[in-house]
Amino acid sequence: MSTAITAVQPQVMPAKHYLNDNYGIRSWLLTKDHKRIAVLYLISITFFFFIGGLFAAMIRLELLTPAGDLFQSDTYNKLFTMHGINMIFFFLIPSVPAVLGNFVLPIMVGAKDLAFPKINLMSWYLYIGGALFSLATMVSGGVDTGWTFYTPLSSGFVRTHVILMAVGILIVGFSSIFTGLNFIVTVHRMRCPGMTWGRLPLFVWSNYAASLIMVLGTPVLAITLILLALERGFHIGIFDPALGGDPVLFQHMFWFYSHPAVYIMILPGMGVISEIITCFSRKRVFGYFFVAFSSIAIAVFGFVVWAHHMFVAGVSVYSAMVFSLLSFAVAIPSAVKVFNWTATMYKGEVSFETPMLYAIGFIGLFTIGGLTGLFLAALGTDVHIHDTYFVIAHFHYVMVGGMVMAYIGGLHFWWPKMTGRTYPEGWAKLAALITFIGFNLTFFPQFILGYLGMPRRYHSYPEEFQVLNVLSSAGASVLAVGFILPLIYLLWSMRYGEVAGPNPWKATGLEWETSSPPPTHNFEMTPVVTTEPYAYGDEEGTVVP
Amino acid sequence: MQFKLPLFPEQASKIAPQVDALYLFLVLVTTFFSLLVALLILFFAIKYKKAPGRKAEQIHGSTLLEIIWTVIPLGISMVIFLWGAAVYFHIERPPANAMQVYGVGKQWMWKFEYPGGQREINSLHVPTGRPVKITLISQDVIHDLFIPAFRVKNDVLPSRYTSVWFEATQPGTYHLFCSQYCGTKHSGMIGEVTVMKPEEFESWLESGKAEGSMAANGEKLFQQFGCTTCHRPDSGARGPNLEGLYGRPVRLQDDRVIVADDNYIRESILNPNAKIVSGFQPIMPTFQGVVSEEGLLQIIAYIKSMGEQQGQPLNNRSTPTQIRDSEVPNIQQQMKQNSKQKPSGKQP
Ligand code: HEC
Ligand SMILES: [Cu+2]
Ligand SMILES: [Cu+2]
Repeated sequence: MSTAITAVQPQVMPAKHYLNDNYGIRSWLLTKDHKRIAVLYLISITFFFFIGGLFAAMIRLELLTPAGDLFQSDTYNKLFTMHGINMIFFFLIPSVPAVLGNFVLPIMVGAKDLAFPKINLMSWYLYIGGALFSLATMVSGGVDTGWTFYTPLSSGFVRTHVILMAVGILIVGFSSIFTGLNFIVTVHRMRCPGMTWGRLPLFVWSNYAASLIMVLGTPVLAITLILLALERGFHIGIFDPALGGDPVLFQHMFWFYSHPAVYIMILPGMGVISEIITCFSRKRVFGYFFVAFSSIAIAVFGFVVWAHHMFVAGVSVYSAMVFSLLSFAVAIPSAVKVFNWTATMYKGEVSFETPMLYAIGFIGLFTIGGLTGLFLAALGTDVHIHDTYFVIAHFHYVMVGGMVMAYIGGLHFWWPKMTGRTYPEGWAKLAALITFIGFNLTFFPQFILGYLGMPRRYHSYPEEFQVLNVLSSAGASVLAVGFILPLIYLLWSMRYGEVAGPNPWKATGLEWETSSPPPTHNFEMTPVVTTEPYAYGDEEGTVVP
Repeated sequence: MQFKLPLFPEQASKIAPQVDALYLFLVLVTTFFSLLVALLILFFAIKYKKAPGRKAEQIHGSTLLEIIWTVIPLGISMVIFLWGAAVYFHIERPPANAMQVYGVGKQWMWKFEYPGGQREINSLHVPTGRPVKITLISQDVIHDLFIPAFRVKNDVLPSRYTSVWFEATQPGTYHLFCSQYCGTKHSGMIGEVTVMKPEEFESWLESGKAEGSMAANGEKLFQQFGCTTCHRPDSGARGPNLEGLYGRPVRLQDDRVIVADDNYIRESILNPNAKIVSGFQPIMPTFQGVVSEEGLLQIIAYIKSMGEQQGQPLNNRSTPTQIRDSEVPNIQQQMKQNSKQKPSGKQP
């Protein structure tokens, strides 16, 4: 374990690490090092994040005025479709697992690499393959089905490149299946001596849970998209009633994947939060077992709530009741997590470095996002707010307020580990604040809009909704600043940042026991774990006050 | 820009206050827990801010607390669940005496028809103080009829009938939206609901009188499409007599018993072989693509009216296929034998 003595001396970069081990484009594109693959993912998903953000900006611009005056209806429809597809499949799903997970998960369990390094590289190539299809679709005119691809609209009516896009998503789906598989096997087989299941960091637990969903859920999405393509391309009647199909069947299949996908997105983020909160409270996590187990509970329950997206799609009242009940059940483990994180701060030594600011922001926004989920799980209110802006606000609180905050927080937290240098703390705090304010200004008004009855995916809207829409658009421009700032100063820090040293946060966990950046094989010697996770306080004795 | 900032849509139906009450309760719960978490974090952040000389106290957790914060949210969510389900049952189940209106959605307009034959486009007139049930079907993709002031919505499917019902309370005009994304002009698929006092509504209906009622138009179609060649009340008919069919149980070839509702009749016409009536041959041709959705609604209205006009008691039914629930056990055997023979008119 690193001691306080190293902290006082000026830090020096290690002579040899994964970044300078090898040079040249080949050494990157053919790398089997999980850390380099994580960096490849980081670059690619950042690209898609900003493309998706650009679409969002255009949507908010259009909605400044009630009339649909900036874009044509078809263009607007493509904008929100491409925004959703890019953000979900090409940013959110890979974000924490493929970037942060890829980088730190093997180190956290004390392994040299993931179980299947070549498959890991292939995952990235699959991602890029899918991404190229997505880009091809965008360049050749986009799609306008909504990211949900509801039939028979998508299979028989729209005239855009649905199949091309579906193939792109199909391919990127395999990338996440392989990542999930790799994580599961790594956690089972690659733990170093002493790293028992009960000592796994919570980040590993939550990525493990998310991996289970990726492996079990994503194939269903693949099947659904293939059936969709078959119907669209060959007029095989599956979903279109004119061909003898059932349009609601599509929704069942689609949400059977896409609801659990919500947890693929949020679970790894929750893991990040557990790491950050403990570190900046200098305390063991409160209720380790409950936090770890709730991840598994979420993964399991997450598979049996899909029809809560269909309460007004003609399902029977009794099945609606069952799915409503189960949806309430899945909310409980999330609540347990929030309470445990809060309790972790109790009697800690709390400090407010940037990652902690994001983590606290996460807890607040995720709590609101989660609680507004109850409005949608409750049958009586769901009828009114289903498919309105209330839903948009709800899932952006979870996905952006929750997941994106966790991702950016985690990126700051492990940035010194990834690059060996620290980011400028002042700028980073400012960006966190701007993001928080901009986010709430953008999405809070949408709850009200939704209850007032503004349907989602509306290109033009009645005049009385304008004030709230203008507020939301104003917020979006603030939010954009909050996202662009980190891009600038993080890039800057790669060259000019202070050298971080192996453990700038004095955090526990194996990833902080190796140098920053880590050597290609992560550790000089295979580590042996002798303590429980988050053993804060143990090392504290050496600190001179 | 209009500087209005309402927080609630108007309450113009009987169910609206109930939905709003549940909503307010949820707002309360959400505010309480969000504030609780936020204040705790704020409090801990200030109280336990890192300070020289003070060390974190290592606490592993507390099973009691875990139980408490599992059970209390679970309890509260069960209350919300039950409350929500109760309201939903109300929203989803139209009363039997509801006034019928028929709605057809297509890219990108709404068409409504009243039993008297009055028609409207993107506009709907309803009286106060009387339950109204709109039976809905789509001609193409999935749409969704949403009336925020009434707090009701339902998807409009191309494959089967769904419905929305409400009892309007406040005269006025309200938004009617399509809230399921349906292609290019989704946001243009909007209209107005006009709620009128009952007397005004009656005179509005009167003024809009069309050539014939839906049932009368349905009868015309019934002749025109040659349904009468097979569906006749006499004994030589090749198809079952449809008088009094509506709302009655029907025995199928595979011995299932199904209630003849709108969806069953629609399916019988578009996909006759999906459910074969016991005792008959699958000879009915499909009318898929031949009859329009409006036409189907009219034919159904006609079939519905056939029973009403005659007011026939059930045992006078001239086919062996429609049965009363109470008859099911004792005629089971008999039915089986019958189904082996060719259908033959009246049953003893
Ligand atoms: C060629 C003869 C024929 C024609 C023409 C025909 N039908 Fe039928 N229909 C049948 C037969 C035979 C059955 C019973 C077997 C079955 O269920 O398919 C039937 C069943 C039905 C049923 C279900 C009746 C029940 O008792 O459950 C309905 C409703 C119906 N037809 C409506 C129509 C309508 C409306 C038309 C005109 C658009 C029509 N049919 C035209 C022969 C015909
Ligand atoms: Cu869901
Ligand atoms: Cu629509």
